[in-house]
Amino acid sequence: MAILINKNTKVITQGITGKTGQFHTHACAAYANGKNCFVGGVTPGKGGQDFEGIPIFNTVAEAKAATAANATVIYVPPPYAAAAIDEAVDAGIDLVICITEGIPVRDMIRTRYRMRGTRAILIGPNCPGIITPDEIKIGIMPGHIHKKGPVGVVSRSGTLTYEAVGQLMELGLGQSTCVGIGGDPVNGLKHVDVMKMFNEDPLTEAVVMVGEIGGTDEEECARWVKANMTKPVVGFIAGVTAPPGKRMGHAGAIISGGKGTAAEKLAVMEECGIKITRSPAEIGKLAQSVLR
Amino acid sequence: MKIHEYQAKELLRKYGVATPRGSACFSVPEAVEAGRKLGGPVWVVKAQIHAGGRGKGGGVKVVKTIEELQAQASRMLGMRLVTHQTGPEGRIVKRLLIEEGANIQKELYIGMVVDRGSQRVVLMASSEGGMDIEEVAAQTPEKIHRVKIEPDVGLTTEQVADVCRKIGIPDASLPQAIDLLRELYRAFDETDASLVEINPLILTGDGKVIALDAKMTFDDNALYRRPEIVALRDLDEEDPAEIEASKFGLSYISLDGNIGCLVNGAGLAMATMDIIKLYGGAPANFLDVGGGATTEKVTEAFKLMLGNPKVKAILVNIFGGIMKCDVVAHGVVDAARQVKLGVPLVVRLEGTNVDLGKKILAESGLPIISAANMADAAQKVVAAAGVKG
Repeated sequence: MAILINKNTKVITQGITGKTGQFHTHACAAYANGKNCFVGGVTPGKGGQDFEGIPIFNTVAEAKAATAANATVIYVPPPYAAAAIDEAVDAGIDLVICITEGIPVRDMIRTRYRMRGTRAILIGPNCPGIITPDEIKIGIMPGHIHKKGPVGVVSRSGTLTYEAVGQLMELGLGQSTCVGIGGDPVNGLKHVDVMKMFNEDPLTEAVVMVGEIGGTDEEECARWVKANMTKPVVGFIAGVTAPPGKRMGHAGAIISGGKGTAAEKLAVMEECGIKITRSPAEIGKLAQSVLR
Repeated sequence: MKIHEYQAKELLRKYGVATPRGSACFSVPEAVEAGRKLGGPVWVVKAQIHAGGRGKGGGVKVVKTIEELQAQASRMLGMRLVTHQTGPEGRIVKRLLIEEGANIQKELYIGMVVDRGSQRVVLMASSEGGMDIEEVAAQTPEKIHRVKIEPDVGLTTEQVADVCRKIGIPDASLPQAIDLLRELYRAFDETDASLVEINPLILTGDGKVIALDAKMTFDDNALYRRPEIVALRDLDEEDPAEIEASKFGLSYISLDGNIGCLVNGAGLAMATMDIIKLYGGAPANFLDVGGGATTEKVTEAFKLMLGNPKVKAILVNIFGGIMKCDVVAHGVVDAARQVKLGVPLVVRLEGTNVDLGKKILAESGLPIISAANMADAAQKVVAAAGVKG
């Protein structure tokens, strides 16, 4: 078991003919069961063509009808990315993973508003995607640094997640699923949503939660963990040294009005029984210490 | 992106938001001329910098004669204005706003921001205007009223009327206040703003509702479709290193320490700063070279870091995913040769093609200190910065 995606997931790539879409679709199809998982792509005007044997369609609806895809990954450029999410949601795709960085917040507010009442799940935008090691990877993370195992990982960052995974691997610890929820202020799944899924997942025995400055999602997740979680959770928050009012690369990584500081998040997490570390080099060891 | 108060007021006036009459001035004679045109009998001289708290720092003065206006304008232009938001180095004042004085009967607060929790734009209103709103939120949170705005509907008349009554706008002024707030939201929405703050919104003796101050910030991700906003950018208000970095697609922020950091990915870049601090050092910058860094980008990043005289050592921390370690290693070697590296360089590489990357660094003959992991890297770079410093 795992969460969100497994070897039976059927994925299409929106923006499959772009440079980024091609590069990553190739890498994802080559990973584990990827050959069977990546069933189609969408680029308007290029329907009927194919990419390395993967059929291309003009619309998500056509792609879904022809391939029975239940997931999509979006590499469409920022000006059109929110509309690409809308199209996938309208076509009834269950899981929408948006990698694109730089989507205007106004567009995301409207897209999230349109999603009310639908059953679609959005991951991202501005995220590395999701991987269930040795089964399927949907996104831009390096597949070879992962292997299957008992640790669930949820994070707002890309490379910092790879760092955490690298540390787990050095200790021989595999992962159930790694979910990058993205660094934007208005996004789909939050830490708490992914945490609930890990709690229900029989394969996951412990969860690594990697957060960063900005917003209060980590605090909300921590409170849920305190009240409901049956598995150990460890955490790290990036940005203890970040100055207030400055956007630290990610659009969502900003301390505003004294809210969203790393210190505040770490304090709440600790209060809620999450084992935290202030050193990004200790994430792996901390996870090991809570596993039986 | 931030803009000046006078620019925000000009923008809002186009939407019918009432503001005091006034104009921007770049010199004392211009300020005097503007004052004469306004006619008095009371003027306000306001320093234009991208930071709040100007009044307490001496950047806002009420004057009653043209001579006084002239004296204040010549005092303010060129002054180093220090406020709680500028940091101790302050900002040099290069622009003034000369405005007519207002007959203030009541000061209110209006703000609009993107609320991450509800994923909506939220209108915030308070009867406690003219004060630091964060203090109001901390001391008397019940005095801040919030209205969630549905993106397909906008602010409704009912919502606005309700909040206006709650903050004490009298019935006679209600129609004007309702229009003002609805137009304010239209301006927010149509310009891809991320924040609008009117503090204070005033009620005058004759019942008018006027935006006495205005602050607007815009979503950087949307600037590609807002050329009219980009035109308002004042590069004097931005860090030259950050401007230079943005030309090369590097995400760079200057900090106070002496250890330059070059990292791929925003989260890892922050974590790298954090671990430097943890081992007793201080980062000189945040620098994310991004996923697709080229040799050129890495070279520019080195130039930026070395352009800072405070930098005593550099840490390169790369977790190669898409970005291959050998490409980064080539970039580091090329950059170190081009820019004449005068400080110790610690490099930590991990991930895709890591062995090849390490080999390239080792064979370069450059005095690179290699590190096995983040903790090792932080320890080594802090030690290196200490020795040189």
